[in-house]
Amino acid sequence: METYTLIVLLLAATLRVATPLLLAALAGLFSERAGVIALGLEGMMLGAAFAAAAASAVSGSAWVGLGAGIAVAVALALLLGFACVTQRGNQVVAGMAVNIMVAGLGPALALAWFDLGGQTPQLEGAGQRFLGLAWPGAAAAARTAPFPGLLYSQLLSGHNLIVYLAAALVPVSAWILYRTRFGLRLRAVGENPQAVDTAGIGVAGLRYQAVMISGVLCGVAGAYLSTAASAGFVRDMTAGKGYLALAALIFGKWRPYPTLGACLLFAFTDALATRLQGVDLPLVGVIPVQFILALPYVLTVLLLAGFVGTAVPPRASGVPYEKER
Amino acid sequence: MSPAAKLPRWAEFGLLPAVNLLAALLLSGAIIRLIGESPWAALRLMADGAFGSQEAIGYTLFYATSFIFTGLGVAVAYHAGLFNIGAEGQAYIGGLGTGLVCLALGHWPFWAVLPLAVLAGAAGGAAWAFLPAWLQARRGSHIVITTIMFNFIASALMTWLLVNVLIRPGQQSPESREFAPNAFMPGLHTLLGRIGIPFAATPLNLAFLLALAASVLVWLFVWRTRWGYALRVAGINPAAARYAGIRPERVTIGAMLLSGALAGSLGLNELMGSQHRILLDFPGGAGFVGIAVALMGRNHPVGILLASVLFGALVQGGSQLSFDMPHVNRDMVVVIQGLVILFCGALENVFRTPLAALLGRGKPEGSNR
Repeated sequence: METYTLIVLLLAATLRVATPLLLAALAGLFSERAGVIALGLEGMMLGAAFAAAAASAVSGSAWVGLGAGIAVAVALALLLGFACVTQRGNQVVAGMAVNIMVAGLGPALALAWFDLGGQTPQLEGAGQRFLGLAWPGAAAAARTAPFPGLLYSQLLSGHNLIVYLAAALVPVSAWILYRTRFGLRLRAVGENPQAVDTAGIGVAGLRYQAVMISGVLCGVAGAYLSTAASAGFVRDMTAGKGYLALAALIFGKWRPYPTLGACLLFAFTDALATRLQGVDLPLVGVIPVQFILALPYVLTVLLLAGFVGTAVPPRASGVPYEKER
Repeated sequence: MSPAAKLPRWAEFGLLPAVNLLAALLLSGAIIRLIGESPWAALRLMADGAFGSQEAIGYTLFYATSFIFTGLGVAVAYHAGLFNIGAEGQAYIGGLGTGLVCLALGHWPFWAVLPLAVLAGAAGGAAWAFLPAWLQARRGSHIVITTIMFNFIASALMTWLLVNVLIRPGQQSPESREFAPNAFMPGLHTLLGRIGIPFAATPLNLAFLLALAASVLVWLFVWRTRWGYALRVAGINPAAARYAGIRPERVTIGAMLLSGALAGSLGLNELMGSQHRILLDFPGGAGFVGIAVALMGRNHPVGILLASVLFGALVQGGSQLSFDMPHVNRDMVVVIQGLVILFCGALENVFRTPLAALLGRGKPEGSNR
């Protein structure tokens, strides 16, 4: 029973860790499927985390924070779009630039506005954060029928709104990409922009839309980090999650459901590493936490090397489109 | 990566970077204004903090030394058409090599330790660049992604090593023991003192001269050797290179090994020159500054030197700024770095096209609208 509780709690932690990862990976999915490399996920998420925490601290409402987070992430996405689509600049450099700029800008503005050494104030008010939602009868279920009850109360119930939203966005994204006209065009513009252009559809417009969708999703992910998973913004709080999401996207071979699987796998290794910190396991002894944490990156490299299946990126990804005369 | 509009050489290497830098500084000034401080006062404080005294200059050049190493590393890969984002991880592992030599052989005389430390640093950095290079050359894995992954793997590996293996017994913070004094890189002030020139005591050390030597060697290698020629040809047009009997796969691996070796030399300055021990996250973002430096310096050693001094001045001036302006902290410097990368790298056509038109070089070749 105790092991069972442990496993359920581990899985619940996995869901919480996976949420921002999944949102960012879906953001990357739209962007890369349209042919724009998604190296700016980290920066967009971090910018949104700062904006959401700051707006929530000032206004007292998590929803205002979410709005501010999305607004900032979309603004950064437009900057990326301008650099990558309009200016046809180097997309990798553009993404890195946004990541580095935001890594400095968040703490710099936080210090100037709140005077707390680069953080935002702790969000303690009632409506300032997205808190866990207890489903009806969750506590009672855990008490009366522990086996299915625990599953219901810990794994299904008790998460905040954004966790459920992220889960719902997987089928929605899949539907948009594979079942709508917009999705077809989006995928086409990432594979063969010339063909899209020949059909009389604007390449730039589609890519801008894709980048803005990725901004919205990164905005939600950032707000989750600073107003749901924790209570305020701290320096470098994304801690590489944007890059990990990119790895998950590659691991998921640029498809929605496999990407969900990769996010869950990576989140599970993270949750497991936290749980196994300093635990002496039978037979193997203490596994160094760092090795477990490095696992997603090693797996991604192996995949890219073609040792674990093959990952073929969208063909026009990273290539600026130049209209022919 | 071909430029959209052609500029005369002096504009390409002088005017355009200057205009891009100006744009980045203007935006940073606007942000400082937004914070409620005077951009002019901030600029004066930074300039004074970076160049106002011998001590200030020493610190500025000390920081610049690290950026020269990583900037050269990024540039060499760039000439071969490779974007090496992994300089941070390569500097980390290279520093491990340098540090291990210093820990093990610290009782040897300095002139025996130095060449081994240089070799170990280069070997560590090159080793960390090898796998991404090999995967790119042989299996077509995108080097940008693999080098990013290797940064994280290096970070995990080093944390484990420092927490579990290298940590000084009986100590809490994850650091190695201090090197023996024989393995300290002599400060430039002592070297200058020996030939009768007084200079303030700063962390600026012999590694600065090594960085200058590396710049000359990189210039000789890239522009004056057959190997360097092959590297540039393969970078511009792999198909033509293959037709000319150059094997692009070999160039990819060779360029990345050299790139990693240069980035891996960071430990000579940071560890042997200043910290005198191996500690957590000692590259401190220098690998990413190297990208900014290479972009701004147009991947040429002279440009990289100048850009490194500029970024060294930003870091040193920035710390002065945070002393004197309580509402501005060192993160402002990171913002400027990001803006410089943005303008010099991703948005360079914003100014290139109008400059080309202004300088009367006719219609830009690449634009079609």
